[in-house]
Order: sequence, then structure tokens, then C-alpha cells
Amino acid sequence: MTHAEPPVVEATGIVKRFGPTVALDGARITVRPGETHALVGRNGAGKSTLVSVLTGLQAPDEGTVAFGGRPAPRTSDRDGWRQRVACVYQKSTIIPGLTVAENLFLNRHPRGHGRLISWPGTRRRAQELLATWSVAVDPQTPAGELDVEQRQFVEIARALSFGARFIVLDEPTAQLDAAAINRLFGRIRDLQRQGVTFLFISHHLQEVYEICDMVTVFRDARHIVTAPVADLPRTELVAAMTGEAPAARAEDRTRSLGTGARSALSVRGLRGDTYADVSFRVGAGEIVGLAGAAGSGRTEVAETVVGLRAATAGEVQIAGRRPAAGSVPAALAAGAGFVPQDRHHQGLVPDMSIADNATLSVPRRLGRNGLLSHGRRDQLAERMIENLAIKTPGPELPVSALSGGNQQKVVMARALADDPRLLVLINPTAGVDVRSKEFLLGKVEETADTGTGVLVASDELDDLRLCDRVLVMFQGRVTTEMNRGWHDHDLVAAMEGVDLDA
Amino acid sequence: MPETVLADAPEAAGARGGRTALFGGRIPLARLRDLALVPAIVVIAVVGQIVNPVFLQPDNLMNVLQTMSEMALLVLAQTMILIVRKMDLSLESTMGLAPGVAAWLVVPAGAGHGLGLLPGAWAVPVTLAVGALVGVVNALLIIRFGLNGFIVTLGMLIVLRGILTGISGGQTFFQLPPSMLYLGTAEWLGMPASIWVCLTLFAIAIGVLGWTSFGRSLYAIGGNVDAAKAAGIRTDRVLWIVIVTGSVLAALSGLLLSGRLASVASAQGNGYIFTVFAAAVIGGISLNGGKGTMFGAFSGILLLFMIQNVLTLAGVPAQWIGALNGLIILVALSISRITGGKVQD
Repeated sequence: MTHAEPPVVEATGIVKRFGPTVALDGARITVRPGETHALVGRNGAGKSTLVSVLTGLQAPDEGTVAFGGRPAPRTSDRDGWRQRVACVYQKSTIIPGLTVAENLFLNRHPRGHGRLISWPGTRRRAQELLATWSVAVDPQTPAGELDVEQRQFVEIARALSFGARFIVLDEPTAQLDAAAINRLFGRIRDLQRQGVTFLFISHHLQEVYEICDMVTVFRDARHIVTAPVADLPRTELVAAMTGEAPAARAEDRTRSLGTGARSALSVRGLRGDTYADVSFRVGAGEIVGLAGAAGSGRTEVAETVVGLRAATAGEVQIAGRRPAAGSVPAALAAGAGFVPQDRHHQGLVPDMSIADNATLSVPRRLGRNGLLSHGRRDQLAERMIENLAIKTPGPELPVSALSGGNQQKVVMARALADDPRLLVLINPTAGVDVRSKEFLLGKVEETADTGTGVLVASDELDDLRLCDRVLVMFQGRVTTEMNRGWHDHDLVAAMEGVDLDA
Repeated sequence: MPETVLADAPEAAGARGGRTALFGGRIPLARLRDLALVPAIVVIAVVGQIVNPVFLQPDNLMNVLQTMSEMALLVLAQTMILIVRKMDLSLESTMGLAPGVAAWLVVPAGAGHGLGLLPGAWAVPVTLAVGALVGVVNALLIIRFGLNGFIVTLGMLIVLRGILTGISGGQTFFQLPPSMLYLGTAEWLGMPASIWVCLTLFAIAIGVLGWTSFGRSLYAIGGNVDAAKAAGIRTDRVLWIVIVTGSVLAALSGLLLSGRLASVASAQGNGYIFTVFAAAVIGGISLNGGKGTMFGAFSGILLLFMIQNVLTLAGVPAQWIGALNGLIILVALSISRITGGKVQD
């Protein structure tokens, strides 16, 4: 890689204000051809704003953007931008009701006779395009049926078909399991060899170390550092992101209650569509991890425990009681609190206030006879905001205005609202910045210390590290149990169904 | 160009791709869903024939098609509007007001309480112009000022109905000029002109929605408006065209009805909108936008009118027709849920 080549993109002195807020303050970034460049920073550091400036969705108030040494097109020239840069957002930009082929060629369908759209032509071109970039998706599939991984590949292929060779990936791994992340990384390396340059945005630092060549850190709307990944140790990277040296989190929990006495959760012979013969118990004050790749059944088991699904056989006991199967209210009444898999879908009502969202599951604590007391609700919410250090001007703010980490804290606050005997967490730190993640996991330990049993269903190693025991599921069955002190590679091997000893 | 093919390309994708296509992948399932109501239509035809042998006679079928042609045009208009994820409740008032205004301006003052201001030849252009004007006002309020489409058109529904009642004094316009009667009464090649108009417009609409960029942009906007914008679709312009075209179609539908009945009643079109929505949903159009086809909408309205016709032939007393009409809608919805196999939203 010669540095004589002009950078793929170079942004300098970018200032962007939204009213009184300065989202970017003299920010800069330079991405060189063929590299995979990481952009990291805590929530609110200005990453998203930089992405919308780099992709031409927003014009900066000051500063310049240049592609390959030439100034960027005008903001109105969408085609000009699309030939230079594309972004795969966390939020899907495909249209679910249309086929993959049509999504790829939307508004530029191949035409046949009489300027009418040629559907066979569209299909063929889509097939070719997907084959060129080795995306194994049938172009006739309705796009709504794709999973997150396939959708990302389709969006990448679409971006490349416009001629862009610089692609921004905005937290592409947030909704993927470990195996899918590996496939994505394989694809990224493959495309990199073919001359595609990536700007990679992620909360997961180990991914940055795994896939990226260069890293740029933003903090408080400013550029902090750009360095080769190899020259920047983890601690320094975290320090650059947070602006302080991180206190190493205690690896081991100092105390866990005697787990013999009471069960917070006991599951016997549970069987459902995607899992079978699942039996385990979680003692009061114990943290148990339920690990496994996507499709291993871990999420489904956790959802069955809290009543989001009904099992076909087996029984679930929460704190000694047997709630009616498949009923969330029954599970809550029995003493469960839970953080669902996807806060956007199941966790929050985006336009409702923090106070309303946080107290959604505990109406009877808010007043008598079905009447809600707003005063009591706000009081309760204030306590939660303080307890979970949610950054907000007040409880009346709609949750959609919060950052990802703070939204997740609201979901956690609700799970804890009724002092549960059993706390069930599904992917509790997905799409959450480093600081919020440490805070949330710390809160989990704190909760366990008060005698609450915790079940953590996740494939995120950091989530599982705090568990007293980890049960690993593979293809719908619990295959392995590991006590605290496991090695990363052992756990990952168990989740992937690989036997290291064989 | 890449030479490497990733060994670990998602296998699930291939497996899934196989399931969505039938007949060797030539006919995707999505296309078959359009035909979901065809079996139901066949069943009703068979039942109709058993109930009364008159049912399948050409005259009776033509009668069904003609009675439904005006409503079918409203369904066509509403379908376009629903696909872009809007609604227009005011179509039924537009259908009354547009020919009403034309009649008011054209019908001589003495005989039919009109003003007699314009010669009879102006009636059709005035009708369509009133339709376009209503569409422009709706589009202005909904798109330009960003008001809620449901409430805007609900307001328009009431306002337009009130204007028609006002200009007609609550009475019916008679003695319409020949130009207004033509489309509702003429026969072309042995079939009423209104059937030709209706079928032709549906054929055009099927073509436009299925095979033009403009038509596909309707689905894109209804499915995910941000993605549509990102794909370079001028969404506001498309919405304007759809809403104004919808109102013009409603005016044309009013013209067909006035011509057939040789009058414009002040309540013309009153209550139609419910059947229109029902037909669209039965035909597989999603109220949440981006889903459904024009062919589906057509089979929806056809099914409704065939069932009504069968009931009439079976000698159901007229007093019960109202209750039955509502029941038919519910039954037809259930039928399309069973044959379509999808939860309606």
C-alpha cells in the first residue's frame, strides 16, 4: 500500500451543529485505499454524524470532504455520492415487501420493450450481481424474509453495484451471532483483497483488533487519535475513548451466596420447537449463563422461562411457583423480571416517556383500582434513573431520544422495577457502548448479591464472564457446563459444537 | 472481478431460496398470492349457478360487471393510495360532488334547479376538473403541510358532501346533458361502455404498477419511505400524482354512475367508502402500505358483487340486504384469509 495514492476519503475541519449541540467540532478522518478503518467512540461521540456527513446525507457547517483527492459532489447529487460511498446502516434500507432483485435495482430497473420493466432482465442482473460478490441469496426471495446477515450482504452488493468501492458499516455485528460475524469478517477480508475499502463502526473492541488495520477514535465530537491498530494496545484505546484510564473490572465476583438453599429458577425436561430436554436450576443469588450460537435455542429457552413462548413439554418453576406456560403476566407475578432480546422490538415503546416505559410492567405499584398516579410514577422513575445512572434531563423524555446504552438501561430498570426473584437477560449488552456495558453488568452482579437468581442468555463472552456457571447449548440441547474460570477458546469451541480434545 | 467464492457463504440462504418458489422456480409464491381469490370466485360462480341458472347467463354477468364498475374505479383509486401508505376517505364524496358541480353549472335554471351557466359540452371537463381540484387540496394538506391523511380526508368527506347538499338544495339534478349520459349508457361492441372503461383502466393500472418504475416506486414508498428516498425516488412527487389521480378517478366514477342513473342525487356515493376499503383488503391490499396488487383488488370487488348478486337471485328480501352486505364483507375477509393464508394487517 503506497501512501502516495490519494486517500479514499479525507474529511478535514468538519463542524456540525444541531441547535445548541455541537455534534462535530473540527473533526477529521482520512481513510486510505484498501484498508479497513475502524471508527470507535462512546455513544454520542459524533460517529453517526460523521457517517451522515461522509455519505452526503448532511452537509457540514464547516470543513471539506474529498474522495480520491477530488472534492465531494453537491449534497443534491445523490447519484454522485452513491458512486463514491455507501453505508450499510443498522436500520435496514431495504423494502421488505419487494423481492431481493427489485431492491437491488429499485428505481433503475432494467427496461425491456416499450420502456416497461423487464422482470426476467431484473432477475438475471440481480443473479449476476449476487454471484459476482458471492452472495448466496435467491433474488426472488421477498427481502423481508432475509435474516440480518443476508440483508447486510445484499446491501453491500447493492452498494458495490453503484460503483462505490468505499463502504461504511455501521455496527454491522450488533445483531449477529458469533458464526455470522465470522462469515461477515471473511467477506470483508475477501472484498478488501478486491480493492474495497471499509470504514467499520463497532462497540466491540476485539472486533476492531480482529478485522481492522487502522483505528480512529472520536470523543466528545472531536478527533482524538488515528493509529495502526497494531500500535495501540487495548488499554490505550479504551483510555482514548473514555478520556481516562479504565479501572480494571474485578474479573471474579468476590462473593456468591450459598446456592444450595433456594432455587430462583428450576427447569425440568423443557422441550419446544427448537430445543429439547433442557433441565437446569438457578439458585438464589447465582448467575448462570446460557451460551450458544444463534439458532442453538438459548434465546428460545430464556423466552420460554419468562412466558414469551410456551414449551410443548416440561416445567418451569420460578421461585418455587409454577406460572402458567406461555404467559408473561404469570411469569412476572411469580417473580421474574426480564430484558428481552431486542429492545427496539420488544423492549421499548419509542415515543413513550422514560417514566412510562420503565414502569410499564408494574402498574399496580403506581396506584389503586387501575388508576395511575403520575406523581408516584415519576417518583419511581426518578429512583430508577438515579439507580441506573440513566443520562437524561428528566423522566418525561421519550426513550427514542436516548442513546443505545441508556435505552438499554431503561429496559434493565423495568426488569428490576419489581425486585424480581429471578432476572432473565437476553443479549443484555447488544449495541451498547463500553461504559454502559460495564455499568449494566455491574448492576447484574449487584442484583445477584441481593439474592436474586440471574439467567444470562447470550453469546457475548463479556456477558458470560461474570457468571458463576455457564451452560452451553448446541443445536437445541445443553451440551456442556463450565464453572467460572473457563478459557475463551473452550467456551467458543463448545458454542460452535467443536470438541477440542478430539 | 472476484475469483474466490467463499466456502462458508450462508447455506441457509440457498435452502430458503428453494422454498419460496414453486414449479421449478418459474412462478414465485408472491405471484401466486395474487390469485388467492380466484378459487373463491370460482366457488361462488358454481354456487350461483346451482342457486339460479340465470347466474352464468351473459346478461347477468354483464349486469354484475356494470353495477360494480363505478365502485371498482373507487377501489382502483383507493388501492393506489393504500399502496403508498395513505388513505383517502373523501373519494365517495368526490364521486358525488364532481358530477354534481357539473350538473349544477350545466342544467338549465328553470327545469332542474341548475344554474345553466355553461353549455352541455362542458360537463365532462368540469367533472374531471373538480376531481383534480379536490385531489390537489388533499395533497396540499397531507404532503405539503404534513397533516394526517385519515383526518384530512375525513374532513374533506364531510365538507364535499355538504357542498353538494348546499348547491343542490338537498335535491336531485335531472335533465343531464347528453355528454354526461354517454359513458353511463353507451354500448361498445355489445358491452356497456362503463365496463370497458373499468376493465381498461384496471388493465392499465396492473401494467403501470407491475411494469413501470413509477408503479414500483409506489410499493417502495409504502414499504419504507426512507429507503425509497435513498434510492433516488422523488417521493413527494409520486405521492402528489397518486392522490390527484385518485380523486380524478373518483370523479370519473361519479360520471359513470350519474350517466347510468341519468341523475345526480345529493347523496350520490354516500357510504361507498366502506365497501371500497373492504374490497381492497379482501383483495390483499395492506392498510399498512407497500403490499398487494391491482389484480387482487379487482378480484376483491368482483367477489363482493358476485356474492351480492347470488343473494339477490336467491330471493333474499331487500330489507335484509344491508345486514347481509356487512356479513358478506366479514365472510369474504375470512375466505381471503383462508385462501391467502396470511394475517391481514
